[in-house]
Amino acid sequence: MSLDRTAVAKIAKLARLKMDPERLDAMTGELNRILSFVEELQAVNTDNVEPMTSVRPMKLRQRPDEVTDGGNPEAVLKNAPQRQGDFYTVPKVIE
Amino acid sequence: MSIDPATLTISAALEGLAKKDFTSVELTEACVSAMQAAKPLNAMITETPEKALEMAKASDARRAKGEAGLLDGIPLAIKDLFCTEGVLTTAASHILDGFHPTYESTATANLWKQGAVMLGKLNLDEFAMGSSNETSYYGPVINPWRAKDGTRLVPGGSSGGSAAAVAAGFALGATGTDTGGSIRQPAALCGITGIKPTYGRVSRWGIVAFASSLDQAGPMTRSVRDAALMLQAMAGFDPKDSTCVDLPVPDYTASLEAGVKGLRIGIPREYRMDGMDKEIEALWTRGKEWLKEAGAEVIDISLPHTHYALPAYYIVAPAEASSNLARYDGVRYGLRVPGKDLIEMYENTRGEGFGREVQRRIMIGTYVLSAGYYDAYYTKAQRVRTLIKRDFEEAFQRVDAILTPTAPNAAFPVGRKNDDPVAMYLNDVFTVPINLAGLPGLSVPAGLNGEGLPLGLQVIGRAFDEATVLRVGRAVEKAANFTARPDAWWRQ
Repeated sequence: MSLDRTAVAKIAKLARLKMDPERLDAMTGELNRILSFVEELQAVNTDNVEPMTSVRPMKLRQRPDEVTDGGNPEAVLKNAPQRQGDFYTVPKVIE
Repeated sequence: MSIDPATLTISAALEGLAKKDFTSVELTEACVSAMQAAKPLNAMITETPEKALEMAKASDARRAKGEAGLLDGIPLAIKDLFCTEGVLTTAASHILDGFHPTYESTATANLWKQGAVMLGKLNLDEFAMGSSNETSYYGPVINPWRAKDGTRLVPGGSSGGSAAAVAAGFALGATGTDTGGSIRQPAALCGITGIKPTYGRVSRWGIVAFASSLDQAGPMTRSVRDAALMLQAMAGFDPKDSTCVDLPVPDYTASLEAGVKGLRIGIPREYRMDGMDKEIEALWTRGKEWLKEAGAEVIDISLPHTHYALPAYYIVAPAEASSNLARYDGVRYGLRVPGKDLIEMYENTRGEGFGREVQRRIMIGTYVLSAGYYDAYYTKAQRVRTLIKRDFEEAFQRVDAILTPTAPNAAFPVGRKNDDPVAMYLNDVFTVPINLAGLPGLSVPAGLNGEGLPLGLQVIGRAFDEATVLRVGRAVEKAANFTARPDAWWRQ
């Protein structure tokens, strides 16, 4: 299975990565190289083998559904690239 | 007295502190000046000398009161993947520009609780993705070991700064993280010791995530005993990491000197690969002989799916990475590159903020998780992962530990393997299967090659049996008697 430039552009769009045309060309070659490397897996017989979901057989722990933290907007917003009051700001979404 | 931190292990320094040969402030000052003299290695992203001295003073006060912890007064450096409260944390990525966490990772908090002192934050491959520390936004780390003709070599990766700092001698120990070999491979390439604990042994909370089902933090040190001590401090149950295991942490130093008499050590035949480096093969044979002479029973074993570990890893790890790295969108922290609308702002930020290797992995991950390809790639890789884990489970019915080389080559020149991503991936061929199976793995420096560069041997153990891994590692360390150190060419 090999990816063409259009397919790679679509993946870049899905991944929200801006890619200029030269980068897109280089990426197409690199991805195909990696995909042909992982292609080897198709040779392994995995009939009746369950996919691994956990390193150790364990049930995910549950905790009581209660508030343990919060009420500190300054800490939450401390690293905001842009803010207004207690809100993050982003480019306008709705006209 | 004048202290040369490069000559001290953590254990020796603790003794010196206990006997009042020197104070933590004196030791820390020596480490700080050695760190500042080691700039040509580019091992640090952020140095925190004031914080270090403050912590050292507090440690001396605790010791005077008789309240010293397990690592009290010991200067350590922290991989810049661990969130440190109020101290810049970058993951060596442009996209985390200016990020100052408001919280501390559990693993580092555990070290501070035991009295350790922080020297600063270490360089690494961007988001821990790499095997040579050349993908860092902050530039490559240079290995303290040089080729005979003076060529600059990579320290391995992704914990390249950690390995360089410990090998150069300005940090007595360092934290690393290991997703596919990122503690063990750089430890081998820099002639130091490093252990990747069992998945779930050390909390992942507050560590920048790469591939959540594979990531595990561990210590990088100058001796197996130091690794045991530092792991003791880092490990333990943490309710904030849902995959962290609620098991008691044994005393890792207790059985360290017990020797290997009566232990069964497996030698997996699949690790003997075509075209294998002759010196590495010879070192592996020597390792086998050492353990035999120490009384272990050496047994040939088979791990039949070894060949498929690397391709499975390069599906699973990028898949998890693409999902984990979706959070970097320029909204809540780090870099923001403006765009005409929200989507364009995301694309510009991520396009500029992530380096090439990280983008490659996000792309592969996005593709293998996309509709129509999920089963063919991701589910298939997870099935193969089950087979790899099963191989180890069957082997551990017959043996107590497994011995292999750590890496297929010694340190290589900066820039050598940058053209082909797959050639770089092959560096992790002996370490990746251990992450896929979630097992503990240790690298011990075991000899020098003809170029005078260090080589390591890897000890693999049963899940949560770090004690045996360390004990076997100690036997290898004793027999190898690796005392070589790089000449301090970098000192300014």
